[in-house]
Amino acid sequence: MTLEVLRFALRGLAANKLRSGLTTLGILIGVGAVIMLVAVGNGSSQQVQKNIERLGTNTLTVMPSTSGGRGGGGGGGFARLLRAAGGAAQQTGPRAQAKSLTVDDARALADAKSAPSVKSVSPVVTASSANATYEGTAHAIQQFVGTYPAYFEASNDPVARGTYFSDDDVLNDRKVVVIGNTVAEDLFGTVDPLGRQITVSGVNFTVVGVLKTKGSSGFQDADDVAIAPLPAVQQSLTGYGALNQIVVQAKSPKTVDAAQSEVTGILNQRHDITGSNTADFQILNQASLQSAISSSSRTFTVLLGAVAAISLLVGGIGITNIMLVTVTERTREIGIRKAIGAPKGAILGQFLVEATVLSLLGGLLGVAAGVIGSQFTVVGVQPVIVPSSIALALGVSVAIGLFFGSYPANRAAKLRPIEALRHE
Amino acid sequence: MTTVLDVQDVTKVYGTGDTAVHALRGVRLTVDQGDYVAIMGASGSGKSTLMNILGCLDVPSGGRYLLDGLDVGALDDRRLAVLRNRRIGFVFQSFNLIPRMSALANVELPLAYGGVKAAERRRRALAALAQVGLADRVGHEPNELSGGQQQRVAVARALVTSPALLLADEPTGNLDTRSTEDVLGVLDRLSADGRTIVLITHEDDVAARAKRVIRLVDGRIVEDRRAAPVAGPPPGPMGTGVRHR
Repeated sequence: MTLEVLRFALRGLAANKLRSGLTTLGILIGVGAVIMLVAVGNGSSQQVQKNIERLGTNTLTVMPSTSGGRGGGGGGGFARLLRAAGGAAQQTGPRAQAKSLTVDDARALADAKSAPSVKSVSPVVTASSANATYEGTAHAIQQFVGTYPAYFEASNDPVARGTYFSDDDVLNDRKVVVIGNTVAEDLFGTVDPLGRQITVSGVNFTVVGVLKTKGSSGFQDADDVAIAPLPAVQQSLTGYGALNQIVVQAKSPKTVDAAQSEVTGILNQRHDITGSNTADFQILNQASLQSAISSSSRTFTVLLGAVAAISLLVGGIGITNIMLVTVTERTREIGIRKAIGAPKGAILGQFLVEATVLSLLGGLLGVAAGVIGSQFTVVGVQPVIVPSSIALALGVSVAIGLFFGSYPANRAAKLRPIEALRHE
Repeated sequence: MTTVLDVQDVTKVYGTGDTAVHALRGVRLTVDQGDYVAIMGASGSGKSTLMNILGCLDVPSGGRYLLDGLDVGALDDRRLAVLRNRRIGFVFQSFNLIPRMSALANVELPLAYGGVKAAERRRRALAALAQVGLADRVGHEPNELSGGQQQRVAVARALVTSPALLLADEPTGNLDTRSTEDVLGVLDRLSADGRTIVLITHEDDVAARAKRVIRLVDGRIVEDRRAAPVAGPPPGPMGTGVRHR
């Protein structure tokens, strides 16, 4: 008999193809939107994560604090003023006398005894827009970085061709450079850049390696970069002043937080920061940045999903509506069925199955639409389908059929045969 | 002789208080197996109400109604549905076939609700259709059949479960003379085969085919006349068969 009920339901749906189709469309759009929008949210969050990972893993970036730490804006300028005043010993305001980051600081951080969680330390100086030339071709390198070899690993910068420079190159002050892909293309074109010399600010650097392509992150071209030994860059471009940053790599993802507190402790001591003073440096923790961004992008995904869920709800109400119309329209038929002995359950089943088939069909088509739609790039984001969203959307669509179909089906089942038969 | 219907002082009141309408005011009636009863009465006499109660589509306000010795008033919805399915065959004035379903599917419907297997269902439905002379129309949908044919399909549907009681509510009310004759002929044959039939009509010549005629006025039985013995054949078409409509 269950089979019969199923057949009656399908027959009922087939009798009104346009109506069934439009109702299905409502659910299709809802389910498709849930899958698609969640995929877009997921895709964009993965993209952001990838961008962060590109900056390096397990790393802490120590930078001089120029924006006043806890004190808010304005402090930075004030701190610089103090520094310019030649290190006057007064302690005005909450901030200690700001000291810049030095190579000695970096060396202190590399001490295995006081900082056991630290794997490597790379002092970094950066010159922006350094003009490089090669046989008459000129290119302004966006970032010219001077550092130690450990930097390559910490900042996740593998070379595609050639090698990194070595500690030996640093110690011996050699003028070698590893260039990004954009620089290589602009300066050399099809020529192999390895072993050739480029001139930066009148100093000749020998190219020893080309970095692997990273792609652009936002406005910045991550491949428009050149990395050379710290002394060479200081000598030719930046001078022997303060470091722009110190990149610290922790031993493992778990020890990043420990490394951060060790670094903080050492620098506090070296820079005479005590409890009431604001630190003159700040530490950017890749992991916490990542978790902050991923939590915000999760919110974004949930928001998108919620909007889509509303359209699914509207689709569900569409089912109720159409089923109510169907029940009213077929009241007489229900009466006939009851008069010849259809039990309540059979009538209930018939209309519930009709509603569920509508929503399930809509759900399946919606999954197809969502999956197909996710193959296209949406406003620069490549959607990544979350498998659980498919199961969820399908499950919800069936539940919607049962839930929103149960009221009309109940109404049909409860009809008294005598009244149903009188209905015209 | 077995009593199929036993109606004891059944009353039916619609509404309450001042607006209450007494459709049935204590009807007493027993029908034996094999009888062919015509219930007559003007509109408003309560004959349709009685029919609905006999068909278990409606419940009486008072009194008792036993079908095949079973007290219908004590049954719940589910068992009433089973009762309607197994014991009663209903024929309506307006045929009440389900549209967009073939004659065969319509006749199979009660069996489907009764849980009969597909092959058995088909065999019995085809037999019932053959019995009403529509063996060659099984695949037609209701809108492809004439009124008389539709009503005969409805009779086949009523018969197919071999019910204890065949109820017909003005089965010829919407039919022309020829179709009326077809349907009444089928009923005559069924009665001759020993089937218990109760039909409602307000036409004398239809009532004349029954073995027993009951007349209802204002919810009471005023006449109960036997035209032929329960055991014998029905009286059949009157005289020359000339009909006035």
